[in-house]
Amino acid sequence: MKIRVLYFASLREKLGRAADDLEVPAGATPRAVLDQVLGEKLAQYRAAVAFSVNHEYTPGDRPLSDGDEVAFLPPVSGG
Amino acid sequence: MILVTDQPLRHEDAERAVSDPGHGAVVVFEGRTREWNGGRRVVRLEYELYPEMVERELERLEAEILETHAVGKVAFLVRSGAVPVGEASVIIAVGSGHRKAAFDACRMGIDELKRRAPIWKKEVFEDGEEWVGHSSGNPVDPV
Repeated sequence: MKIRVLYFASLREKLGRAADDLEVPAGATPRAVLDQVLGEKLAQYRAAVAFSVNHEYTPGDRPLSDGDEVAFLPPVSGG
Repeated sequence: MILVTDQPLRHEDAERAVSDPGHGAVVVFEGRTREWNGGRRVVRLEYELYPEMVERELERLEAEILETHAVGKVAFLVRSGAVPVGEASVIIAVGSGHRKAAFDACRMGIDELKRRAPIWKKEVFEDGEEWVGHSSGNPVDPV
């Protein structure tokens, strides 16, 4: 299935891009996609990232659906 | 009222949005770029947002505030992009019959915005730059 993945702030800068369109296996989770995107080089960012799917905060282990927009959210610091 | 923009925020827009003949109290909070932080001179702050999600979270927060406090109107104004020293990156206004509810609601507004809204702040100093809160590596509680 196809999903869109968005990166923000420090994560966007580390990866050098703001978004990816990815083909992932059925039942893939946000956490699994994050691990794949980060690889070993950026693995230290794993613990600090929260997830949203279609603009809602989501646990990292909830299976994704085709067409989902997933975002990886570093610690927020607005205001 | 929710406004997300890359333009300077106007205090009077926030105030007007919550004004009402029944509102004996109007509280407006502005979060502004401070010149000094941790002994370093700040040139500007740069704000990055996930706009669709910021709007959704703030609409939800506005509804929660109206449910839990005796207030009539709430306004959130949020600015993205570069915010120079002395200018506001966020304005929260509350109109209410009485002051206690207005202060309490405004406080909840800014505290919860900082906790939930997907907004990131980069401090640009004279001698470098830094994303706020990113070096700690603290795990986040998924809401």
